[in-house]
Amino acid sequence: MKVLVPVKRVIDYNVKVRVKADNSGVELANVKMAMNPFDEIAVEEALRLKEAGGADEVVAVSIGPTQNQETIRTALAMGADRGIHIEAPHEVEPLAVAKLLKAVVEREEPGLVFVGKQAIDDDCNQTGQMLAALLGWAQGTFVSGIEIKGDSATVVREVDGGLEHLEVKMPAVVTVDLRLNEPRYASLPNIMKAKKKPLDSMSADELGVDVTPRLAITRVEEPPAREAGIKVSDVGELVDKLKNEAKVI
Amino acid sequence: MSILILADHDNGQLAAATLNTVTAATQIGGDIHVLVAGDASGDVAKDAAAIAGVSKVLTAEADAMAHGIAENIAPLIQSMASGYSHLMAPATTTGKNIMPRVAALLDVMQVSDIIKVESADTFQRPIYAGNAIATVTSSESVKVVTVRSTAFEAAAAEGGSASIEAVDSGSDSGLSSYVKSELSSSERPELTSAPIVISGGRGMQDGSNFAMLEKVADKLGAAVGASRAAVDAGFVPNDYQVGQTGKVVAPDLYVAVGISGAIQHLAGMKDSKVIVAINKDEEAPIFQVADFGLVADLFDAVPELEGKLG
Repeated sequence: MKVLVPVKRVIDYNVKVRVKADNSGVELANVKMAMNPFDEIAVEEALRLKEAGGADEVVAVSIGPTQNQETIRTALAMGADRGIHIEAPHEVEPLAVAKLLKAVVEREEPGLVFVGKQAIDDDCNQTGQMLAALLGWAQGTFVSGIEIKGDSATVVREVDGGLEHLEVKMPAVVTVDLRLNEPRYASLPNIMKAKKKPLDSMSADELGVDVTPRLAITRVEEPPAREAGIKVSDVGELVDKLKNEAKVI
Repeated sequence: MSILILADHDNGQLAAATLNTVTAATQIGGDIHVLVAGDASGDVAKDAAAIAGVSKVLTAEADAMAHGIAENIAPLIQSMASGYSHLMAPATTTGKNIMPRVAALLDVMQVSDIIKVESADTFQRPIYAGNAIATVTSSESVKVVTVRSTAFEAAAAEGGSASIEAVDSGSDSGLSSYVKSELSSSERPELTSAPIVISGGRGMQDGSNFAMLEKVADKLGAAVGASRAAVDAGFVPNDYQVGQTGKVVAPDLYVAVGISGAIQHLAGMKDSKVIVAINKDEEAPIFQVADFGLVADLFDAVPELEGKLG
């Protein structure tokens, strides 16, 4: 079985994002970029499945400008076998991403797609569900555990009330949550090896998908800042402030 | 204009976040209908019909609707979509699971997790873990929208008298089936709607130490939460997690104990009205958002706090 893992290039999670002065978006120039942390977990899960004999090839795909090839190389350095880069503008909406991925799925025919449950830039949490819808496949979302048995998989989902176990028919789209695994670091030899692994490039046009945005982002601004508070000297003062000043207890 | 809201429920009870979604819909304006897709969920339909501002409740009752299976519920909503200007759901794990599937079936882009309604087609939503707020306009024929419940007041749960109507209950796609749930049971208020939340972080050192927070919570009528670090360390279950990828809370009082204040945690609680931080590291970033900071060893401060609350 082949596993497809879409990986998104986002601002590194350690970087404090800055809103552009003209409120048109956030500053991306000269900012450290990295693979979306949830997608790293997806790559790791695909690799573990392969190592356990449950998959024979792991293919990483990324959509965006040429620099996205670096993100694919990261996945290859972790251990993915092959990469596909779909050349597109930086901001492609989840619906268009799902359509592009559908086209890739139709070419590659994977048995499973592992993808991060959300990207930490737009925080949309849509792509996996949309891809499953377009393919008419089962979806397991926010998954922190998976066990594959023949033509179905049992997934453990992190839901508001706790955990939920679902049986999903394969092929399926599985969106992964934080506690599924801890992704490995790529070793230096593997980073070198990754440079020689195959990486195909194609354009969104070649896949016949219109990536024109459907939504217009008219303004991006900083959230209202909280006013700095005070330090209290002891628990007694804290309780007094909460009772008599803030009046919340 | 008319709006269809997907109710979040467990067949017995309507989730509170549905009420906040009704308020967001009221701000858009138009007729508000609520869809209760479930099994033996008659009580939920009655509760939905009593919400102020709802004019009609539509029920779809079937085995296949019982467990919020997106592959079964999304086609049902798709089949009902014509005639509605907006399809909405609370941004709970149920809404987040189902609505993007609905949007893709309708070939429209969803607007996720709105925190403000500017007009019928323009909304504000947080991006980058709430470090920026985007204003987004949708020109889609039907707007698919999920709503961050903490950003909208709850609609009155009583006072409405909507009609209840059964609709075609859809079918089982045969793609996914429910196996079981492992739900945390607690006598304490639900995290996302509690007026007071007390959360523990890595500084708690061990899951058993959360008993200290529970004692304080019981005196205050508070819910207990946790940072991602505490959940990852296995101190408490996942449903305690407050943050960008966990639950978003905005109580009257949020008490952060032994939590350093990583960006992704702040994203889940910085809209709380009053924030208290108890941490022995005076450089911890949590103090930058705290109204009242106490630099102290939590193992001394928390029992003392409990004692002083009498």
